[in-house]
Amino acid sequence: MTSAASSTHTTDIQRVVTPGGAEAWLVEERTVPVIAVEIAFRGGAAQDHADRPGAINLMTTLLDEGAGDMDADAFQETLEEKAIELSFSSNRDNVTASLRTLPENLDEAFRLLGAALGVPRFDAAAVDRMRGQISAQIRRNALDPDDLAGRTFFSEAFHAHPYGRPPRGTVESLAAIDREHVAAVHRQIVARDNVVIGAVGAISADRLASLVDGLLAGLPERAGTVVVPTVKPAGQGRTEIVTLDVPQSSIIFGRAGPLRDADDFIPAFVANHILGGGSFSSRLFTEVREKRGLAYSVYSYLSPYDHAGLVLGGVATRNDRAAQSIDLIQSEIRRIADEGPSETELESAKKFLIGSYALRFDTSTKIANQLVQLQLDHLGIDYIARRNAMVAAVTLDDVKVASKALFGDGDLLVVAVGKPTGLSGANVRAAPGSSEMHAPAEAIAAN
Amino acid sequence: MGTDTAANGGAALKPAAADDAARAAGPDVSAFTLENGLEVVVIPDRRVPVVTHMIWYKVGSADESRGQSGVAHFLEHLMFKGTEKHPAGAFSHAVAELGGQENAFTSYDYTSYFQRVAREHLKTVMAFEADRMVGLRLTDDVVNPERDVILEERRSRVDGDPSAQLGEALAATLYVNHPYGQPIIGWEHEIEALDRHDAIAFYERFYTPNNAILVVAGDVSPEEVRAAAEETYGKIARRVDPGARRRPIEPEPRAARRVALSDPRVTQPSVQRSYLSPSYETAEGDRAYALDLLAQILGGGTTSRLYKALVVEQGIAATAGAWYQGDALDDGRFAVYAVPRGTATLADLEDAIEREIGRLAGDGPGDAELERAKTRLVADTIYAQDSQATLARIYGAALATGGTIDEVREWPARIRAVSAESVRDAARAVLDRRRSVTGELLSAPAADAPALAAAE
Repeated sequence: MTSAASSTHTTDIQRVVTPGGAEAWLVEERTVPVIAVEIAFRGGAAQDHADRPGAINLMTTLLDEGAGDMDADAFQETLEEKAIELSFSSNRDNVTASLRTLPENLDEAFRLLGAALGVPRFDAAAVDRMRGQISAQIRRNALDPDDLAGRTFFSEAFHAHPYGRPPRGTVESLAAIDREHVAAVHRQIVARDNVVIGAVGAISADRLASLVDGLLAGLPERAGTVVVPTVKPAGQGRTEIVTLDVPQSSIIFGRAGPLRDADDFIPAFVANHILGGGSFSSRLFTEVREKRGLAYSVYSYLSPYDHAGLVLGGVATRNDRAAQSIDLIQSEIRRIADEGPSETELESAKKFLIGSYALRFDTSTKIANQLVQLQLDHLGIDYIARRNAMVAAVTLDDVKVASKALFGDGDLLVVAVGKPTGLSGANVRAAPGSSEMHAPAEAIAAN
Repeated sequence: MGTDTAANGGAALKPAAADDAARAAGPDVSAFTLENGLEVVVIPDRRVPVVTHMIWYKVGSADESRGQSGVAHFLEHLMFKGTEKHPAGAFSHAVAELGGQENAFTSYDYTSYFQRVAREHLKTVMAFEADRMVGLRLTDDVVNPERDVILEERRSRVDGDPSAQLGEALAATLYVNHPYGQPIIGWEHEIEALDRHDAIAFYERFYTPNNAILVVAGDVSPEEVRAAAEETYGKIARRVDPGARRRPIEPEPRAARRVALSDPRVTQPSVQRSYLSPSYETAEGDRAYALDLLAQILGGGTTSRLYKALVVEQGIAATAGAWYQGDALDDGRFAVYAVPRGTATLADLEDAIEREIGRLAGDGPGDAELERAKTRLVADTIYAQDSQATLARIYGAALATGGTIDEVREWPARIRAVSAESVRDAARAVLDRRRSVTGELLSAPAADAPALAAAE
């Protein structure tokens, strides 16, 4: 608890408004000669055209494959010569750039980042190369039990909604995406009105402002993102088995959860922590792992996407103990929904959540990530200072009400990959391609 | 892999060296040894009022007796199961209530336990950690479920992943005599046979202050750490002398070996090759430093020889690379790998890899690419300063595998000093097929795998 107050003292955030009208959040920190910058654009894989899943992820992987007058090789060698770390990634809701540089290379780092965002080349050879690389990853994960369970869960929970589509696309969808499609999604996503920026390190507000203006100068004013409907995940109460010949069942379970801006997000977060959150003391950890040795890993977490809230969990257990594990998890969920946690559990959870908050701010990269996440979630620049008080204020009644709202009737969408026995009422299907995928593997490989 | 042994040190061979040298002072690491033999390392990081507290035991899976694979890792799990003073779960509960994070990990050469807490709680976690150094008490009712947990851990890590199974076969073939050939987690049938007597015997043989290193990184002074350590760890008497760490030594390898794994669950073939190679501890001269640079030049990232040749120019690979695992007490590994693209076969990839190795072993690296690789590896050590947890791991792992604090600090300067000839010579000496095992991951038709069709 004592760290709660002190955790904020080094995280002194400046709101930098540039002459050009852009905004960036800065934590100036000169102890370590490293500057970390995180930039996110609102609009991720959920913006993909329904016929072309994977286009935005493919575009993201191509941003450092050549820009302006530098081809991929020249671009990458310049990064290497200056030891500048620049990477791009995407998820369902955002496209993100992560930069790490030594102070003396800051200008060059921003020049390269600006070129990557503003004038990426999308050379045909690079498009082919990245398409081949992502396709290889997709094939490698095709029958990975955890990956397959995750893909199946999202497809069952969201069907035709953009969240139901695979963010990386499929080998087939990638094959149909060409350079024009990639350039189009780039124009759609990378713009000035949907960007958020966080910077940490030995850099003044003025310097950051001028660098940010230079960075954004070449970008279009407005993004072309489309409205994604906000939905509730489907499938609660169903169990889906995907048969795969492995001795252990990889299971993902979940149900609707709060969006990040929900009034009861913090009490729900506390309730979930008590059920299955990240310490060695949660109810699921105690019941499933400690007491019975049913699994190595068992957990649950709130997963608030921009357009759907989820509470998700996972467990991996021997096939013949899958039913026992699921029953146990199900009954713990019903128990916390009906009774809520005890006063002691609540106090312990609050102590952990308050005390451990400082650990999210102990590296420049982690702080930069937090600066961007706070902006993406519209939580306000004073959130870090307020957050622990919000957790501290959660009462037993609050968390009981939140538990009931979160876990309700306790029904779950359960996806189990493996050969689980004893799961009654489950729908069973074979893993995709487990019978015929291997004959055409050569054909797929030759895309 | 270079960062495993790197922290920060002087560099004096480049125009940017003035900057490098100033930064190299970096964290002012202090070290001392308690009377009972416990080594203590303190790494300052005053930015945030938190500390990373790690205890490293100089024992790992390679110190297990034959037939008891997995006992080091088994014991690591059981260390959370209570002592005479604190019942099972009490330590974890206390850490959680302090808002701390904790975990532990086992490797070939070391076993480490850590907590990350607000600075004022350092002594509390030290007291708990010191207590379980010698006070462990185990009963079957907590030990037996934990063995099941580990069997599930093995199923998750290995049984669901054909490439992990190939990895086990590859290591077991590369090391014909040394215990690095056994998986850290252990073979399934040997894990099943472990019990609390095995764990306690291992514990009593290796867990003692004179076989451990305490690393504390964070918002704390060496004086504070010394005072707290003396009041906690300092009260523990040495209980055993584990002696020199001598494992069976590998004979000079003479036969190139191959292993292949075909499985219907493999949907993306790949090839990898591991070479038995000296580690920082076993290498002579600058060989290990040259191997880190060789790995970077040959296969570190998209400007490397393998990536450029196989992925960019020839278009036969989706990805390709290399790595060197040099932070080992005994001989380590150098590995290359590639994933095919288009109609290329694994044999095509192997041929192309051999050509690139041949070129590098023949002519050595160019000046510019050697310089780039050095810049990259040295910068990694500066970036590492941004994370107290990373620094704690770097120092702990180095000291637990025979390194010294000075070696960690001088690592960037030693890297800067490696010549192109040294890199070339390292490639000639180590990337010799006779020292290698090649592993092929292949898809098998489902029809060839009756297990897939057979329901249990």
